[in-house]
Amino acid sequence: MQAEQTTILQGTLDMLILKSLVAGEMHGLGVSRRIEQLTGGTFSVKPGSLFPALHRMEEEGWISAFWGDSENNRRAKYYRLTKAGRKQLEVETRRWGRISWAIAQALEA
Amino acid sequence: MPLLVEVRSFLRNLFSSRRVDGDLDREIHSHLEMLIDENIRAGMPPKEAQRAARIELGGSEQVKEQVREARIGNWLHSVLSDCRYGIRQLRKNPGFAAAAVVTLAVAIGANAVVFSALNALILRPLNVPQAQSLYATERTSDMWSYESYPNYLDLRDRNRSFDGLAAYTISQAGLDTGENPSRAWVVEVSGNYFDVLGIQPYLGRFFHGSDEHGPNSAPYIVLTYAYWHSHFQDDRGVVGRTVQLNKHPFTVVGVAPPEFHGTLLIFSPDLFVPIVDQEQVDGENLLNDRRDRWVMSAMGHLKAGVTPAQAIADLNSIGSYLKKSYPKDEDQMTFSLARPSLVSDITGRPVRAFLAGLMLLAGLILLAACANLGSLFAARAADRSREVALRLALGASRLRILRQLFTEAMLISLIGGAAGLWGSVVLLHWLSAWRPFPQFPMNVPVNPDANVYGVALLLALASGFLSGAVPVRQVLSTDPYEIVKSGSISRGRRVTVRDLLLAVQIAICAVLVTSSMVAVRGLARSLHSHFGFEPRNAMLVDTALNMAGYGVDRVPTMQRRMIDAMETIPGVTSVGLVSIPPLHMGWNSSKVFTDETTDLRPSNAAAEAIMYNISPEYFHAAGTALLAGRDFTWHDDKNAPRIAVVNWEFASRIFGSTTDTMGRYYKMPNGTRIQVVGIVEDGKYTANLTEDPQPAMFLPILQSPSNETYLVVRSNRDPQQIAAAMRSKLRDLDAGLPSFIQTWNEEMNGALFASRMATASLGILGVMGAMLSITGIFGMAAYSVTKRLKELGIRMALGAQRKEVLQAALGRAFKLLALGSAAGLLLGIVATRVLAFIVYQATPRDPLVLTGVVVVMALLGLLATWIPAQRALSIDPAMLLREE
Repeated sequence: MQAEQTTILQGTLDMLILKSLVAGEMHGLGVSRRIEQLTGGTFSVKPGSLFPALHRMEEEGWISAFWGDSENNRRAKYYRLTKAGRKQLEVETRRWGRISWAIAQALEA
Repeated sequence: MPLLVEVRSFLRNLFSSRRVDGDLDREIHSHLEMLIDENIRAGMPPKEAQRAARIELGGSEQVKEQVREARIGNWLHSVLSDCRYGIRQLRKNPGFAAAAVVTLAVAIGANAVVFSALNALILRPLNVPQAQSLYATERTSDMWSYESYPNYLDLRDRNRSFDGLAAYTISQAGLDTGENPSRAWVVEVSGNYFDVLGIQPYLGRFFHGSDEHGPNSAPYIVLTYAYWHSHFQDDRGVVGRTVQLNKHPFTVVGVAPPEFHGTLLIFSPDLFVPIVDQEQVDGENLLNDRRDRWVMSAMGHLKAGVTPAQAIADLNSIGSYLKKSYPKDEDQMTFSLARPSLVSDITGRPVRAFLAGLMLLAGLILLAACANLGSLFAARAADRSREVALRLALGASRLRILRQLFTEAMLISLIGGAAGLWGSVVLLHWLSAWRPFPQFPMNVPVNPDANVYGVALLLALASGFLSGAVPVRQVLSTDPYEIVKSGSISRGRRVTVRDLLLAVQIAICAVLVTSSMVAVRGLARSLHSHFGFEPRNAMLVDTALNMAGYGVDRVPTMQRRMIDAMETIPGVTSVGLVSIPPLHMGWNSSKVFTDETTDLRPSNAAAEAIMYNISPEYFHAAGTALLAGRDFTWHDDKNAPRIAVVNWEFASRIFGSTTDTMGRYYKMPNGTRIQVVGIVEDGKYTANLTEDPQPAMFLPILQSPSNETYLVVRSNRDPQQIAAAMRSKLRDLDAGLPSFIQTWNEEMNGALFASRMATASLGILGVMGAMLSITGIFGMAAYSVTKRLKELGIRMALGAQRKEVLQAALGRAFKLLALGSAAGLLLGIVATRVLAFIVYQATPRDPLVLTGVVVVMALLGLLATWIPAQRALSIDPAMLLREE
């Protein structure tokens, strides 16, 4: 569809998922759409990467899951940020800041 | 707490995987529904909306699989499912599974048994505190640890390297606890023995260095736990009781702990007495004799910070002091240190070499088994190439398929390993309880410990890995497209890994067959070799006059009376007496000097000769041929000139010739001149059939009395009857005299024990090797016939003769067999050099052995290819071609 869409850089997927959940609890499709929205359509997350990441992050305790009703009254699995998840987001944000700064420096040099 | 969450998730994934999967199912399903909803809202028609949603999801099964792979504990899950799959596969193919498991069980079991022996006899330290710093002194000149008592005292008092030096020697004594006197195995130990070793009594007390006040000053007994248990029924009141040891009163002061059997590894003694009581225990006093090295071993813990090299330097300086102070008795004395468990290096080294050799052979067996299994796996992988290709086509990764194959190999090897270990534990329990010598209390602690279990597990894993690794290349190079299309692999290569493996395996088996044939031949020879005496039709009576309280003055008359009594038994043709029979576990020897030597220091000795004190008629009774001169008579006593009969080797070594030896003189270390009156044939003397000819001298018992007394009774009657008659005659003479009667052949089991054990173990390994090569060749031949069934059918349809069919089907198997056998035979010839240490006249350059190996290997090949050949010949081309 969009030629601009890029595969998600390794390691940034977790950060983007955490970030998208800051706004509030969300189901998988919601997270996916939110990431597209946040990145202005640059990144699209396929279910094949999204769900393994969500399950892994749940197992790590960064997010928690529960079943709820969607806007269209469908049963959906929702994810919510935990305290550990918030802390993780801070860590990842700081790390990303360092990396992007370093890469920008490298490219300018 | 993230960690807690992770553990919870792990357990949840593991134990309620069905619920977790159901949850995932519903989640993916709702995701799809929501995508469809979204598309419909965007204005797509329902069918189009569904299609687009499915495209975006990208295959719900794949997504689910990806989620599963991301889960904690996924590896365990997939390993379990691999195992389940593997077990299903094996159950589908029970013949293959059984063959593989049995092969490995035998190989791993053999390794576990050999390793247990190695572990028990060599690797495991003695069961005493701080065994790693415990060393025994040993002379570098002869590698014996024997010392004389005065030398031991000097070593003990003058060294600055040991935290105390203890000594012990082994003896037998008659113990009378108020009932019948019985023979007991005694360890005579220095007073400081228990303190140096750091052993605490189980009951009562031990004696100490402070209890020693000169000869026969410490009449104390410490019982071993086993003897206390069997002879005193665990009676705690035994401490303080007085018993008679060789008719001398001794007090039982304590009981040693159950796990302590002294420091000689395979020996299980009955009691400990102070070494200063030697005269009462042995019947003679050698405490002041600097020349007689009868103390078996001196040992102690090195002081903290002292290295073995420093201790050796320290001991050597004591050695040069002793040489300077006692030039008549002592030569240059240098020392080394040895582990005290196997007496000394001279016995330890062959044991070690043999066990190492056995371990090597057992390792080869395992390697052959792995090669065998590996080729079985490879054949199976080839048969399953369609399945593998299908799985690859369906998207399974090669890694995943390899893991599956490895899991199967590991499963087989673990099951085989467990079975083998179980078998070896049973065998080892039986071995531990085995008493090969009725008179000698053995304690063979070969029960497996953690080391053995660990090694068995490692071997099982390694063999699983090795055999599983064989088909790896095959799988990696599988081209699913080609295989699914054509139906089977057509390989252009001439020599496959499988062929190579089979050749290697056959070579290994040929090595094993060669060495076992060499060993069996050696044993057969040793049984029919010439010992210098004739053990058949001779009985041996071991009497212990010292235990019955016979002093030096009463021994000769009693010996004479015993001989006379034996001669009156009907059927007895001759009776002789000898201090210790040849090929016994112990022997006496002495340095001898030429008559011209005046300075009788040890370094001037002409030879070390084995020494026998014998009665007249001994040569008759023993069946030793007198080559020249005369036998002794009862007139060769203390008042007559000192004489001797020597053997051929003695004559040629001392006098340089054997023709004019008669009437010539030689000297004993104390200066006594002895005249040679007779020459006998050479024989085997020490408990070792592989010995080189040794000089030996026979001295008349009346001139050189000995209280060690073995009667040799030759008769032409049944041993059982004779034994009964002998027993009653001895009882008439002295009812309190402990004696032991057996045939000479039975007595010699001790001397032949090593080569018998070697033969037995090598024979078993050889049979194993043969079995392995049969299964290996059979597998290969059967497989190649199956693979080429169609081709053979066409050949037959075109008119090929039976011979040509066989050649096509089995030519390669036979070529490999010939190649492998030749290589194995060559290797075996090299390997059996090692055997020459133990096995009597072990030489592989024996035409019988060489042809034997060739015949055996050919027979094995015939046997193994018989069924496949029959199958190849019974092919019905019409049927076969119709079916395809």
